[in-house]
Amino acid sequence: MNRIQQKLQEDKKLLSLYFTAGYPAIHDTMSILQQLQDSGVDMVEIGLPFSDPLADGPTIQESSTAALKNGMTTQLLFEQLKDVRKTIDIPLIVMGYFNPMLQYGVEKFCATCAEIGIDGIIMPDLPLAEYEAQYKAIFEKYGLLNVFLITPQTSDERIRQIDAASDGFIYMVSSASTTGAQSGFGNTQSAYFERIHAMHLKNPQIVGFGISNSDTFQAATAFAKGAIIGSAFIKHITAHGANSVADFVKTIR
Amino acid sequence: MITETYQADDRGYYGDFGGAFIPEMLYPNVEELRSQYIQIMQEPSFQEEFNQLLKDYVGRPTPLYYAERFSKKYNTKIYLKREDLCHTGAHKVNNTIGQILMAKRLGKNRIIAETGAGQHGVATATVCALMGLECIVYMGAIDIERQAPNVARMKMLGATVRPAMSGSRTLKDATNEAIRDWINNPVDTHYIIGSVVGPHPYPDMVARFQSVISAETKKQLQEVEGRENPDYVVACVGGGSNAAGLYYHYLDQPEVGIIAVEAAGKGIDTGESAATSALGREGIIHGSKTLLMQTPDGQITEPYSISAGLDYPGVGPMHANLFRTGRGEFISVTDDDAMQAGLELSKLEGIIPAIETSHALAIFEERTFKPDDVIVINLSGRGDKDLNTYIEYFKL
Repeated sequence: MNRIQQKLQEDKKLLSLYFTAGYPAIHDTMSILQQLQDSGVDMVEIGLPFSDPLADGPTIQESSTAALKNGMTTQLLFEQLKDVRKTIDIPLIVMGYFNPMLQYGVEKFCATCAEIGIDGIIMPDLPLAEYEAQYKAIFEKYGLLNVFLITPQTSDERIRQIDAASDGFIYMVSSASTTGAQSGFGNTQSAYFERIHAMHLKNPQIVGFGISNSDTFQAATAFAKGAIIGSAFIKHITAHGANSVADFVKTIR
Repeated sequence: MITETYQADDRGYYGDFGGAFIPEMLYPNVEELRSQYIQIMQEPSFQEEFNQLLKDYVGRPTPLYYAERFSKKYNTKIYLKREDLCHTGAHKVNNTIGQILMAKRLGKNRIIAETGAGQHGVATATVCALMGLECIVYMGAIDIERQAPNVARMKMLGATVRPAMSGSRTLKDATNEAIRDWINNPVDTHYIIGSVVGPHPYPDMVARFQSVISAETKKQLQEVEGRENPDYVVACVGGGSNAAGLYYHYLDQPEVGIIAVEAAGKGIDTGESAATSALGREGIIHGSKTLLMQTPDGQITEPYSISAGLDYPGVGPMHANLFRTGRGEFISVTDDDAMQAGLELSKLEGIIPAIETSHALAIFEERTFKPDDVIVINLSGRGDKDLNTYIEYFKL
């Protein structure tokens, strides 16, 4: 069983954080990961920066641009993570866009992830149909969980398909938006969270987009297994520096 | 024997290229369009309204003009398909008319678009004014500064022009912003993409709307030459919508040579170029698998051309396939050669072309043709919008 699947069995609401590798400084990756683990974070999405992040709002766009300017590449990130499993034992997911993965070579990318000890991959622009037709066998060969997204607009039928194709958790996008776009949840989100809960999917759901503080974390995890925070965390380290990770995590739970 | 086809298959693939590499947030919007676009386009009432507007509003059919002096100079037979005479000054409006009718039938009341130099933005703002729909055009902050007259046109037509402040603040970033807007407004909004790029069904849908160009060319050529098929069809390619329109009905006719002209900028090896077939590799841009200019690490790079309409780091998947299979002949033309060709056509034929089009006109310096070859060049746009660039370049 992979680390993500083990973590999902724990009897608690999971807090997962996203950060952009290479931001604020090129060599902050390992230090941020260590601080996240020491602060009690359950799981981390390591963002591989991309020049054209379609699904992201301004905060992650800017951290990605800065990381690329700092010199971050796929190769460099893998080098930085080479010994990560000597010190970090929480589940790690690489999140990015498909083109850098395609250029690195999908098989080589997966093989390197497996070697390092990465547990899962989130590529928002690698859709279900393309994944199943061309890449699923490679992901599975290296034991990597591929995480799919659903949104309030995703039909029940498609949610069932995604549930069937998933083997870890479903990334539940909280609203029709790019990352970092909203503050707080309203009745629309509550209805959506309840609707998905009532579907009794085989995979647990982790909510992302729009979670920025303790209140939104509580609201998001009322029905779901956990929540992912990205933009709010990046804003925090932009303002308070890369060594202030614990201060942020404390404000969430 | 099965005839080889260069059209899209039902998954939106042209050979290895195309598809829909989109985040799940866009899936419902794109799927709604994908599942209905062909059926809607084939409805008699749609056809009737589309053709009526192309005739009465756009001014179609556009002439197929035999350029006698230009032909004489290069000792071959050159016809110009006069898309520059379309309302708003370029072929772009063929597509925006089609897509606004599509949007209405899908029940959308808010239109978004991206624009580089502003031609597609103007064509979109125009049809939104015509139909009384809200229009928001994303345009790179740098392009807004460079293209003030087109920004003013869009405003006069009632559109809101929103600056794209991210990335390099040009066309690719305006496209990113339009896609982000669509993610944030999934129900009431239709995104009018301006070229044969983006996720399936856009490349095929836009090509079908632009295919009126080759449908007319066939008829017109039959009248003047006694045959529907020329020896060559020639068009400039940025994203590639005017080219897709001219090639469309000739794609599967191997006797018709297809020539695609890309912008070499200051030269292919100068680092300031937009010649995607020469400099690009297979990858994903704006939801489509195609050839694009990128770093070894897969970051999309910023192209350069004197012509804002060819200044796109990718190329539509139809064209990527024409290149890879060898069905199309790809030629790249520098800024300097294009500018000279634009001036030459002005002096020989009394037609000032858009600088995009000038690239297609410059191939005669690169390549010779037989005296009895019949060549159709898509004169995709008029040069009024480029007057400042011509003035600066030639110190007019």
